[in-house]
Amino acid sequence: MTTIAETRSKSLLYLENVSVSFDGFKALNALSFVVEPGELRAIIGPNGAGKTTMMDIITGKTRPDTGTVLFEDAIDLTKRDEADIAQLGIGRKFQKPTVFESHTVWDNLELALNRSRGVFATLFYTLTGEDRARIEEILETIRLTHRKDELAANLSHGQKQWLEIGMLLAQEPKLLLVDEPVAGMTDAETAETAILLREIAKTRSVVVVEHDMGFIRDLGVKVTCLAEGSVLAEGSIDFVSSDPKVIENYLGR
Amino acid sequence: MITGFVLRALDGKIVVAIGILLAIAVLVPALNLLVPAGSAFHIPTYAVSLFGKYLCYALLALALDLVWGYCGILSLGHGAFFALGGYAMGMYLMRQIGSRGVYGDPVLPDFMVFLNWKELPWFWYGFDMFPFAMLMVLVVPGLLAFLFGWFAFRSRVNGVYLSIITQAMTYALMLAFFRNDMGFGGNNGLTDYKDILGFSVQAPGTRNVLFAMSAIMLALCLLIASAIVRSKFGKVLVGVRDAESRVRFLGFRVENIKLFTFVVSAMMAGIAGALFVPQVGIINPGEFAPANSIEVVVWTAVGGRGTLIGPIIGAVLVNAGKSFFTGAFPEFWLYALGGLFIAVTLFLPKGIVGTIQHGWHARTERKAAAEREKGEDADMMPQAAE
Amino acid sequence: MRIRFVSLIFLILSFAAPCLAQSDPKPLINQLANANFKQAEDIIGQIAATGDARVVPALEAFAEGDLYARKADDVVFITTASGSKLALVDPLTGESAGEVAKGAMTKIKVNNNLRRAIRDALGALTLMSPDRNARLQAANTMLAAPSEDNLELIETALARETDGEVRARMEEARAVSLLTSGRSIEEKREAIERIRNYGGRDAIGVLRGAYGSIDASLQPDIDKAIGAIESEIALWDMAQNVWYGLSLGSVLLLAAIGLAITFGVMGIINMAHGEMVMLGAYSTFVVQDIIRSSAPQLFDWSLAIALPVAFLVTAAVGLAIERGVIRFLYGRPLETLLATWGISLILQQAIRSIFGPTNQEVGNPSWMSGSFALGGMNVTWNRMWIIIFSLSIFFALLVLMKKSSFGLQMRAVTQNRRMASSMGIRTPWVDAFTFALGSGIAGIAGVALSQIDNVSPNLGQSYIIDSFMVVVFGGVGNLWGTLVGAMSLGVLNKFLEPWAGAVLGKILVLVLIILFIQKRPRGLFALKGRAVEA
Repeated sequence: MTTIAETRSKSLLYLENVSVSFDGFKALNALSFVVEPGELRAIIGPNGAGKTTMMDIITGKTRPDTGTVLFEDAIDLTKRDEADIAQLGIGRKFQKPTVFESHTVWDNLELALNRSRGVFATLFYTLTGEDRARIEEILETIRLTHRKDELAANLSHGQKQWLEIGMLLAQEPKLLLVDEPVAGMTDAETAETAILLREIAKTRSVVVVEHDMGFIRDLGVKVTCLAEGSVLAEGSIDFVSSDPKVIENYLGR
Repeated sequence: MITGFVLRALDGKIVVAIGILLAIAVLVPALNLLVPAGSAFHIPTYAVSLFGKYLCYALLALALDLVWGYCGILSLGHGAFFALGGYAMGMYLMRQIGSRGVYGDPVLPDFMVFLNWKELPWFWYGFDMFPFAMLMVLVVPGLLAFLFGWFAFRSRVNGVYLSIITQAMTYALMLAFFRNDMGFGGNNGLTDYKDILGFSVQAPGTRNVLFAMSAIMLALCLLIASAIVRSKFGKVLVGVRDAESRVRFLGFRVENIKLFTFVVSAMMAGIAGALFVPQVGIINPGEFAPANSIEVVVWTAVGGRGTLIGPIIGAVLVNAGKSFFTGAFPEFWLYALGGLFIAVTLFLPKGIVGTIQHGWHARTERKAAAEREKGEDADMMPQAAE
Repeated sequence: MRIRFVSLIFLILSFAAPCLAQSDPKPLINQLANANFKQAEDIIGQIAATGDARVVPALEAFAEGDLYARKADDVVFITTASGSKLALVDPLTGESAGEVAKGAMTKIKVNNNLRRAIRDALGALTLMSPDRNARLQAANTMLAAPSEDNLELIETALARETDGEVRARMEEARAVSLLTSGRSIEEKREAIERIRNYGGRDAIGVLRGAYGSIDASLQPDIDKAIGAIESEIALWDMAQNVWYGLSLGSVLLLAAIGLAITFGVMGIINMAHGEMVMLGAYSTFVVQDIIRSSAPQLFDWSLAIALPVAFLVTAAVGLAIERGVIRFLYGRPLETLLATWGISLILQQAIRSIFGPTNQEVGNPSWMSGSFALGGMNVTWNRMWIIIFSLSIFFALLVLMKKSSFGLQMRAVTQNRRMASSMGIRTPWVDAFTFALGSGIAGIAGVALSQIDNVSPNLGQSYIIDSFMVVVFGGVGNLWGTLVGAMSLGVLNKFLEPWAGAVLGKILVLVLIILFIQKRPRGLFALKGRAVEA
């Protein structure tokens, strides 16, 4: 058994006893949750379990009422805002694919590149060969090379999801939070997305929130089940899905 | 780095627009001064000032478009920046009157003598110097925009809330400038100017120079706006407009991006106001009226927001229409303006230029799609601008 | 006048005091028949001293020169001319005593000096008048003119006084007079206490006036009393300010309450809201105009008639706007803002074309004018009614929203349009009627505002920014927030006004709201949670 202090010092992301409530409704209730470096983790849970709220707290969109949120055991994320946290190396994909629809696929990636983001740095930025190569590499990864000059608005739903994942890659984050990446995808796309995420997870930690149990099985990773704002069960997909509490709260419904 | 920044600005349409502006900067004064009054090509002096006024409005609309069209901030208070720039210029012009005023005081403007003031208030110091006054034309609107934006954007006041408080800002300023003890001439504002840099403001030569300056400043600001919009910063700006939270989660400081744009835009509006005042001969608190600021929005909307040429065309068209209507059917102007607001929002949300551009894009896209079908290289597709 | 009054009381007390017991003034009146001016003055004093209110008509007639003595027996009568004869009336009972020829009577002469004496005597007499209001007034007169000489008369009157309020006033008048008299310190201390309870600026004047001449041991009591009264006055001033603030707040509430529905509930930025208020005011004008020309006796009812008219007119216009323009712009708030601004320009110009650009005269019904005092503050009826009116509309709306099925549908649509629609609610019509309701309420507000503001085509313009401020400040989507927002902005404005001036005060309020919105972008009573942030 490892001690709490050890778990914490080894962790990439460490949440302890995090609670938040909106007008009396407890969205998170003493949630504790740890992600280790290089880990790919899936999160499941019924609607209102607090999955999106947890992501909001990690990325600085919502402030917790109580609790500790640490990144790399040193940085208190509750004191930082979204831009800070993104620059620290936490990327987030929204539930609804959010890309810049009036920009081309290329420009979307160019904006996401992990370069200086100040006002004047962006005003006088010119594309370097190195950046060009990086964008082309990402285009390959997300299989959008052939559509790089099209407006993002013209992409299919699945392609937008991929473009958004590509933008997160361009950000070069240490931790990637992915909210329902396969919602609205075809089966083939879903399978490909699982491969893509596993590939990405080789070089960084990824947390995936998903409802699609087949997809989670495809990923084949440690699963955390949330309900009513706290962790219900944690372990392999088979272990979690056989837990009677999980069945009652989530799967059985 | 800087050259890259400027060169990027010079895409085809912008070069043409700047060329046209510089051409009329020369042509209109030439037609006024060189062509004899009887000729069909002669432009009377009053018309030169009228066109100059339109160009100032065009610059104001361009400034608004930068924040509204590209960054999604609908400011209903841009008239305030315009008026502040105008007041800065007006203060310079007042100081130039010297002892030629009705009361003949060498230092104090007439209205201060009338109010029995004994000395010049501190905020009037330095306005007798042209360079200082011009600096203030930029600094005062810029500073107000900075302070306002600093608070508003950091606390993420967005959308209609921001619009409403910008409106409240210009309304509060209007009330303040109406007060006599503010020291800006109260109700009557600043007027009865004599000369600018030693030239009489009434002289046809001065009026033509002012017109040319308006055209040149508009061209310059168009160039700057184009450089901003076509840089990576400009792409981030559009990103803020379309998906603010995405930009934030990519690690950009949205509040700084908005603040920079808002300040630049306010300065442009200030320049427009400064050029406007000597050409119309007066600045008064009415320029702060919320209705004025909303009118600017409709010029921009008519021309096409999110395009750089659109607001210029919109401002000139609507104001030419206003000149015509208020002369011919004064009763109907407000009906026409009101109808325009409704018609544009309902039937022409992209504005004139935006609609034309959209049509053009749709055509080229169809063509490109057809070529793709034929197995052509999709990379040849024209880059979609704006 | 005051000096005369005082000297009269002095007369009463010094010369006629023994006569106080004399209950029948009749002989005294008859004595007037042969009295010279000097004697008559004495007799007037004696008559007054009887304290018999029946003598009032006789004294009044004397002053008018209608008092005659019968030559035959020197009996005095009140007379009225009746042709060439005089009709006689008994001076005390008022019974008719027939008519006689003018020659049979001698007029009892009166001069200005006597008239003054009579007036003063009447003042003192009214202290014992059977008419309660007359006694109250007399006590007030004495309160305003404290004198040691009044003391005994007041005490006499007090002894027979039964009415509580009059008694209290007399006690106060007694206290005021007692302060400068030769009475004991204990009595004076009690008097100071009583004056303190009476309060007001006059009381401070009385206490200050007595300060120098009073026994030194009482001076601390006076200091304390003055201090207490001053803080009481400050409290009333504050109350008055709060009242002005609430009154302004109720105007803001009226202007904003329709907006609280269209903007707060539906999220529509209706820049033509002010024009709805303006249309309501013009409806009032038209209704009053028709009443004036065809049924002037109904004028006091004109506002009651204008209310439904204004509601229907503006609701219809609102319905047309929603169906014609706004429904195409849902989900595009900034475009809605522009389009409704265009509508507002058109409505203004339309009214200007029909009625002309000048102010229209809208009358106040009688029950809206005048004022009354409440403790230390002055309350005008029109402000009072507007507060009552705005609160009634507010609560009526609240009930409509919470209790009626239309309110339920309205809330359902705003919370989840798709769900509401699949439950069988016709969402487009709910939208249209909600907007019409908001507009109609703006129209009703216009009826009330026509009573206190100029009815001109620009009426709406002056309210639109304030209304938005109220709704945004209070918190969008929260009716209570609108109430609290309106009232607190009103009070804040009125408290800043004496300190900063009206215009600067308004500017300060605007700046404070702008700063406040930075701090709490969603207003005082903001909804929290994930849903609203999307």
